Amino acid sequence: MIRDVADQVIARGESSRRAAPDPVNVPMVRHWVEALGDRNPIYTDPVAAAASVHGGLVAPPAMVQVWTMFGLRCTRPADDPLGAMMSVLDEAGFTSVVATNCEQTYHRYLRPGEEVTVGARLTDVVGPKRTALGDGWFVTTVSTWYVGDEPVAEMLFRVLKFRPPAEEPVGDVLRPVVSLDTEFFWAGTRVGELRIQKCLACGEVRHPPGPMCPGCGSTELTHVVADGVGEIYSYVVHHHPPMPGKRLPFVVALVELAEGVRLLAELIDADPAEVRVGLPVRVDFQRIDDELTLPVWRVRS
Amino acid sequence: MSTLSGAAAIVGIGATAFSKASGRTELRLAAQCVRSAIADAGLSPSDVDGLVTFTMDTNSEIAVAREVGIPELSFFSRISYGGGAACATVQQAAMAVATGVASVVVCYRAFNERSGQRYGRVQAAAAQQPTSTGVDNGWHYPMGLGTPAATVAMFARRYMHEYGATSEDFGRVAVVDRKHAATNPHAWFHGRPITIEDHQSSRWIAEPLRLLDCCQESDGGVALVVTTTERARDLPHRPAVVRAAAQGSGADQYVMNSYYRPDITGLPEMGLVGRQLWGQSGLSPEDMSAAVLYDHFTPFVLVQLEELGFCKPGEAKDFIADGTLELDGRLPLNPHGGQLGEAYIHGMNGIAEAVRQLRGTAANQVAAVRNVLVTAGTGVPTSALVLSA
Repeated sequence: MIRDVADQVIARGESSRRAAPDPVNVPMVRHWVEALGDRNPIYTDPVAAAASVHGGLVAPPAMVQVWTMFGLRCTRPADDPLGAMMSVLDEAGFTSVVATNCEQTYHRYLRPGEEVTVGARLTDVVGPKRTALGDGWFVTTVSTWYVGDEPVAEMLFRVLKFRPPAEEPVGDVLRPVVSLDTEFFWAGTRVGELRIQKCLACGEVRHPPGPMCPGCGSTELTHVVADGVGEIYSYVVHHHPPMPGKRLPFVVALVELAEGVRLLAELIDADPAEVRVGLPVRVDFQRIDDELTLPVWRVRS
Repeated sequence: MSTLSGAAAIVGIGATAFSKASGRTELRLAAQCVRSAIADAGLSPSDVDGLVTFTMDTNSEIAVAREVGIPELSFFSRISYGGGAACATVQQAAMAVATGVASVVVCYRAFNERSGQRYGRVQAAAAQQPTSTGVDNGWHYPMGLGTPAATVAMFARRYMHEYGATSEDFGRVAVVDRKHAATNPHAWFHGRPITIEDHQSSRWIAEPLRLLDCCQESDGGVALVVTTTERARDLPHRPAVVRAAAQGSGADQYVMNSYYRPDITGLPEMGLVGRQLWGQSGLSPEDMSAAVLYDHFTPFVLVQLEELGFCKPGEAKDFIADGTLELDGRLPLNPHGGQLGEAYIHGMNGIAEAVRQLRGTAANQVAAVRNVLVTAGTGVPTSALVLSA
């Protein structure tokens, strides 16, 4: 999708040219050089400029982008190539942006009164690349400024559009309170077994476990090792607030096991948008430390 | 007919301001609301001989008695399971005065739930207490399910799956609460109604719950004075008679995590409460002039309507369409704005609103109020009242 759009936009070539709202003018130049502390008299002093190699006032070449800046209320033209790529990358989840390169080439000085236009073309879209900021795409455009049909300056502009990494978990996973009645379960997860309590007297299986069979009252209890396959009975996509030891957002699923009991655990490595009631899952085990291993679900294909 | 029905009445109500940062201790909030409720009842602290609160309340009965100047207590009692305790405090008080164990009992709840410990956050210490509840929590918190919103979201997802309810259906509860809060000067969200579009564009907290499905967090206190109906006749306000008061815990009950029942689309503990209410009072859902339903999260308001018999399971989304819950509708809901709109005082502000409706002094007064249903926290063992004029 991203590649297809990129190829189409590259093939379209340069956008229609957009005219600067004002001609090159001395008041804007004066503000700009004051802000930047540039005291070269060729930009603002007509006498000194007339005596220079330019023979009159000129505009600082680095102002070229200033002449055609989008105002506060301007919208990008429909065929603006950077805007088109930004939209498609936003939709794909690459929502953050950082500029990485800006290289300008000036063919000549501009003079007050000249009217400037600018056109832009997409030259390169590379990705996805793994960067320190996150996975993303490098998008390169080249803008050309014209007076009439004469190119006066060019700019190569490259941005990285990246997917902001998920928030890092804060704090450690909350540890379960383990009793003599439930210790077998946590001993099981440590060795990669999903243990479900079973009554020795009546055979009833039960989760969560307890000290006495609610069906027959027996305290003679054992466990079976579940196959660990089941279907999602219900689920939550947790966004807020942060949960110790979890990376937001995450999915918690209540799963009905083939053994007929329900068990709740985090569903890992799944796209929240693809989770649904009835989704087949299988158990896996997430080792926290020597003492604690949590059961987790993975999508079963 | 139960011997409890009609024996006791709420004769005084008191509250602090509802805020996000009271700047006072919880004990000061408790003392203020208790004293104000006693004064509202036309009584003095020395008339009080019983105090009831929530297990979760941090203000001991003896500390409250000391501050308020209540000299002797012959009855004190606490109810567990968070907001599920709210209406049960009145039941305790009613039983105490009906049996003569006490003559005047004050129920109170006061906390800095927004500026202090926020219940919407993960309560690690509570999760890991060395009790049977702590062991229960071990099946949920370590797996990442540890906030009230997330625990309710798990029920809500299944409810949507089975009955075709939508996020918009939940949103309609929030919209009506906020509409009522908008015209209640005591509500935090006074003057700030929302639209269904606001609800739909509010951010996810725990899908399928959005921000505007979740009640606010508040600082404040509410107290209620209970005495016998006989004595109530001599006091200044029209009494709110306790026609029915019930608690309920269902089969295979957990605290917010009753996920192991054959079906998780209902709240059977509230069904049990409802059967008792109608049995004790001899009334039925059609007799209710208004309902104050516990609204920490919108989906359970729909489920309560079903469990209490206002409609069949899965049909609440249709029941609430067409303005049913508006002030002039068939069942005006939370005329004070509920906990989404007025304040989250663990359900106690809802009981005070029912009393005002029966007195005819509510900010959003429903016409010709005879009986008001009030419920307590859901997803936990719960309670409810029918109060009558």
